[in-house]
This record gives sequence, C-alpha cells and structure tokens, in this order.
Amino acid sequence: MDIKDGRTVKGVNFVDLRDAGDPVELAEIYSREGADELVFLDISATEQKRKTLADLVYRVAEKVNIPFTVGGGISSIEDVDVLLHNGADKVSINSSAVKNPQLINDLVSKFGSQCIVVAIDAKQIEGEWIVHLVGGKVPTERKLFEWAKEVEERGAGEILFTSMDHDGTKDGFANGALARLSGELNIPVIASGGAGTTSHFIDTFKEGKADAALAASVFHFKEIGIGNLKQELRENGIPVRI
Amino acid sequence: MKIVIINYGAGNIQSIKFAIERLGYKAVLSHDADEIKTADKVIFPGVGEASSAMKKLRESGLDSLIPQLTQPVLGICLGMQLMCNSSEEGHTKGLGIFDVDVVKFSPGVKVPQIGWNQIAKLKSDLFENVEENSHIYLVHSFYAPICGETIAETEYGINYSAALKKDNFYGTQFHPEKSSDVGERILGNFLGSV
Repeated sequence: MDIKDGRTVKGVNFVDLRDAGDPVELAEIYSREGADELVFLDISATEQKRKTLADLVYRVAEKVNIPFTVGGGISSIEDVDVLLHNGADKVSINSSAVKNPQLINDLVSKFGSQCIVVAIDAKQIEGEWIVHLVGGKVPTERKLFEWAKEVEERGAGEILFTSMDHDGTKDGFANGALARLSGELNIPVIASGGAGTTSHFIDTFKEGKADAALAASVFHFKEIGIGNLKQELRENGIPVRI
Repeated sequence: MKIVIINYGAGNIQSIKFAIERLGYKAVLSHDADEIKTADKVIFPGVGEASSAMKKLRESGLDSLIPQLTQPVLGICLGMQLMCNSSEEGHTKGLGIFDVDVVKFSPGVKVPQIGWNQIAKLKSDLFENVEENSHIYLVHSFYAPICGETIAETEYGINYSAALKKDNFYGTQFHPEKSSDVGERILGNFLGSV
C-alpha cells in the first residue's frame, strides 16, 4: 500500500494518484483474505510525516495478526527504532541506502538482518537495469545487479525489487531481471511491479524465481481476490499458505 | 489473570501485547522481578542478537530469575533460543532450560529464513485444535535441532524444532503473534488451558 497523508493511494508509474481507502481497514481485510504480509510505503512529503507514520504503524499492529513492513523516508537508526517500537516487523529503506550505503550495515548491526528490507526501484536504460530514486524519477549511477549484491553483502535481510518499466502496466512482472537477482543472491527477493492477472503471479514464481510477490492496485480495486489467487497458485504447484 | 511480557529491551514486543489484547486479555510489560514472579503467565520475547540479549539478561539478573519460574513461561523466537543451553550466535551460553544447543542454518538455504512454513508432529496442549501442517510465521538464522523436548517440527533444509517444552517452560521458534489465526489459537492455548 502506498500511503499519502494517512490514506492508501494508487497511481500508475507513481503518478496520477487515486484514493484507495483507509490503510488500517484495508490491512484488516487483506489479512482476513489470506495475504501473507503487508507493505506500507509512505509517499507523503509533509513535515508531520514521521509522526503520522508511527501512528499508522501502531494502529495497524493493533489490528493485524500477520507481519508487515513499513517504508518511506526512513534515513536513521532513530527512525527505525520508532517504527519497530510502534509495532512494525520490518522496515524498508530505499533512497537513504543509495545515498549512504553504510546505513544498511548500521541498521543491521543494531536491529538484525531480519527486519531490514532494501527496496530497489530500477528501469532499463539502453538495455541496462539502472537504479532510480524518488519513485523512479531520478536515475542514479548504480546498476541493479551490482547494487543488489552490495545490499546483500552489507547485511540486508530481503530485497524488494520494483521494475519501474512494469509498475502499473498490469502486463506481468520483470521475470528476466528477477530470475537473475534470485540466482545471484542468497537472500529473499520480492517481486513488485506489473501484476495484472493471476497467471502473472504464477509466472513470477516459476520463471522469475521470486521468493514472494507484491501487488497493490489489483487488490485495491478488487480485480484479483487473494483467496482465489492463492488457490490457483497451489493448483499450479506453488507452495502457499491457504 | 496476570500476564507479564518480560521487557528487557529486545525487539518488537508491541505486537505480542496487541495479540494478547485481541484474545481478550491484558498484558503488562515489565523487567521487575516481583512483577514477573507474581504473574500467572509469563511471555519471554526476543528479536535480535543472542549474545547481546544474554548480556542484557545478565545485567538485570533476569538470567537467574527466569529458570526458577514455576508458572507457565512461553519463550518466542530468540526468547526460545535463549532458553536453550547455548547459541552459536555470538557464541553465548543460554539459560539452560532446554537441553539443546542452538546452531546456524547450513549454507544451501537462504538465511535468514523469513516467511511462512509448516509445523508437524505436534505434541502438547499448546497445539490443541491446531491441525498438522498448519502454517506459521518464522524469521530466524539459527535453530534448535530436534531433541527430547521437541513438541513441533518444521523443515528448512533439515528438520528442526519449531517448538520445545520442558515442565512449565514452552518455547516457539515461530511468532504466534504474527501467524494469523493459527498463531492466535496457539497463543490462546498458552494463555488459556496450559
């Protein structure tokens, strides 16, 4: 769930945001329907953002009995401390890790690998996967596969990879890049960006070798039901909790 | 009923408190010896690194208090691991309640194991009304091998202890507070019938 000023929003390629409901209500619904994990990414840019996010984490933790990850503007040990104390299970960092990779080591030694997720947004430029910041708007010097390896070596517990070329297209996940990431890394890789049909999920587990798949709009706008999706995954030989 | 969650500065205890409240009970967070001794049920949580967590326990004297408790005690995740003889993580001694040594997963599986897995060979009242092969949520890099005190097994490259029990002491490697309805049932069993 992308969160802006306390509401769930959804856009295509990170723009044209539409309201998709109250995050706590949605969290309860998704956990009842069988989601295995929730991810909240705060994309608001207000001054009171930190406090709003901590409050949201607290309200989600009160209601939800499955793990959840929180990200958006986290850049220090103190930020993480507040979110974990309010009930988050994991935090996700992105731009702050690219700008200061040592932050990954610092967070891992303080809180442990298990709660540090590094999110990587990337898109292809002339055939090369390049890491981008600010919701995919700003290219960096970093190449996806090298950065992912560095992130692993610095101790991150998981990588959340979003293909900006696929996000919002509903045309399937970036399975080629995912399979390479999964093959080169020894930490779990979460596929994000591109979910449109149940077969896209099957493909990303089979072809993309993803350890987990993340989607937002297909669930927010009830195009895919989580129960049906998991049933189909199981029928296709992918082990899932039902 | 008085439920105390031992608060020694290790990990996400808010989630456990909320899970207990969802089951209709109240829990107190405390590191005070008298408060812990007078509880009906004690929860010993833990997320983080074993040797530094043991150091915190020693500094507060909880390392000698916990093994002497006579009421039901439930160690969760690192809490369970600290109740064992020792841990390879930071090469630390444990509380010596469970007679088993905690070791690291061998190469060949992704470490930490983060996610849902299944529990089997369930023994003990902790798993009343819990089906074999139910899914539970785990996050860990070290594990307790199968031993005489194993009351549930799971498989990740090898079979290992998903839960342990000795006398009034229980431990789960998984997080019941994050394991959806199954986890709530297990936590409910601990708070209710055991």
